[in-house]
Amino acid sequence: MNSVTTRVRGVPETAERGASLPRAGKAAATGAAGPRERRGAARLLLGTAAVVLVFPFLYMVLLSLQRTSDLGPGGLLPRPGNLTFDNYAAMARAIDVWHALGNSLVFTAGAVLATVVIGLPAGYALARLSFRGRAVTFTVLLSILVVPFVLLMIPMYVITVRDFRLADSYLGMVLPYAVNPLAVYLFRQFFRRLPAEVFEAARLDGASETRTLWRVAVPLARPAILSAVLVTCIVPWNEFLWPFLVAKNASMQPMAVGLAGFVSTLRYQGLANGFGVMMAGAVVLVLPVIVLVAVFLRWFVQVDLGSGSKG
Amino acid sequence: MSAAPMTLPRARRRGPRALAGRHPVGVLMVLPFLAYVGVVYAYPFGYAVWMALHDYFFTAPGAEVAQPFTGLSTFRTVFSDGALWSSLGHLGVFLALSLPLTLVVSLALALALRGSRLRGLLSALFYLPYASSSVAVICAWIALLSGDGVLSGLLGGAAPEPSWLVNSGWAMPVIALFVSWKMMGFHILTYLAALQNVPGELYEAATVDGAGRWRTLWTVTVPGVRPATTLIVVLSLVTSANLFTEPYLLTGSGGPDGASSTPLLLIYQKGVEQSHPGQAAAIGIVLTVVVVLVSLVAGTLMERGER
Repeated sequence: MNSVTTRVRGVPETAERGASLPRAGKAAATGAAGPRERRGAARLLLGTAAVVLVFPFLYMVLLSLQRTSDLGPGGLLPRPGNLTFDNYAAMARAIDVWHALGNSLVFTAGAVLATVVIGLPAGYALARLSFRGRAVTFTVLLSILVVPFVLLMIPMYVITVRDFRLADSYLGMVLPYAVNPLAVYLFRQFFRRLPAEVFEAARLDGASETRTLWRVAVPLARPAILSAVLVTCIVPWNEFLWPFLVAKNASMQPMAVGLAGFVSTLRYQGLANGFGVMMAGAVVLVLPVIVLVAVFLRWFVQVDLGSGSKG
Repeated sequence: MSAAPMTLPRARRRGPRALAGRHPVGVLMVLPFLAYVGVVYAYPFGYAVWMALHDYFFTAPGAEVAQPFTGLSTFRTVFSDGALWSSLGHLGVFLALSLPLTLVVSLALALALRGSRLRGLLSALFYLPYASSSVAVICAWIALLSGDGVLSGLLGGAAPEPSWLVNSGWAMPVIALFVSWKMMGFHILTYLAALQNVPGELYEAATVDGAGRWRTLWTVTVPGVRPATTLIVVLSLVTSANLFTEPYLLTGSGGPDGASSTPLLLIYQKGVEQSHPGQAAAIGIVLTVVVVLVSLVAGTLMERGER
């Protein structure tokens, strides 16, 4: 069983990617006419893209540390006399930061937990079980995979606030994010790729389907669960519109909503360094995500490999 | 599609299997998911239809007020309103600018990235805007594009007046540029994955045939990544229907003077700010139907490409 486990766990990551990587490498080598100048052009392109894609983040950090804002090109060189952490303190006074970050965390954790608890069995059933309604369920999954529920935000708002009485509550915030459809799709894709023998063996041993799910499928699915948790957690953490509607009470607002409120009223605040304070809030909001991407990039990338983009 | 192992057909039986299929427990396993879809998609959709067909207005909880049936008049109001059409026109501008930019640049970067030794590090950097909160990166862009920001500073006299975010000619192009920038990392990785599935033999054959670099790109690479291109086009359409935070924060409530309003912003303004929830619901219904149709076509294409 142990050797099977190891082999199986490798399926979505090593085996598949490993098989295609040499091919891609060869293709790159054979497709290269005039390899040196071509590589030079590629480097220039990649370098430019890296600067363009990362610059706003550096700019954000830089402005957050300036005593008096200098938004122009001259401000890009940090001057020691103009550096300060005061903006962060001012931001913590303007937005109740610890509360806001706590709200973001609860909102995110709730969405992740519900997604795994509801989505994992659904993904498993869609991949490995044969039951009436499976095709319909899968079609439903595919359609909500890309349909933003916010198109129906007004009726959803009325239902959440009037029918369920969930205004200014974590439950109301989490409700539309309780299942991340991409995570369900990832679970399904993962379970589909596992060799049938693993499940056959469990069935021959007389294990029930639920037992097979918990004892065989879930332990094997740990990489898929990590991927699903990662894609799921950045959505509520970054979300603005829905929590903005549901959480009218400032003490319930997640960080993204608090910061957006600060931005849209910036010109009325009369703060000495509004831009610096705004950037301090932005840095606090993106920092956890940057750390997450840095640590778990491989899993994020794997998500894209598995999420239906395969040609 | 059928991943479950096949077994010999059995004699028909009564009981749960006849009703629910070979693994009745599967129904239980997808039930919570279907309940979620019911509460978050189906019920609001049905409620939206009811709101749009009646003279709906917000009332205090528990208050019983007559909300008479008005038929399709709300839809007529919405469709004869110039605001909806101009917001749809803005999405046209958005797509006309962001689609070519996204497709060309992300494919070029995926190709460049494929041969790079720094692929891991660069992927992480490229992915950052996509993974980050729109609200946070919009903060940086507001400063970047303000009148005394870096961009206008570098361009000097060539910078537009009034500056980018308060210039009605530039507001929508700036949003297209911002969203292309933010989504670029995701699209690059999508193309990178698709490139790995283009058979190497095709490149060899192209080389043998003496095809040049551009010819190989057009005859091998571009057709080879077509499923990814389809996915990116569809996701861009969906993204455009979903534009809210950008016009709300970056250009200040669809400003200047409505030049960057979008349908979702219109839904918010009609439903929340102007208290026309029925009209907001009607716009939502139309958009949802369009997006569902697009997504079903996309789903079929994706599944087909997978096999």
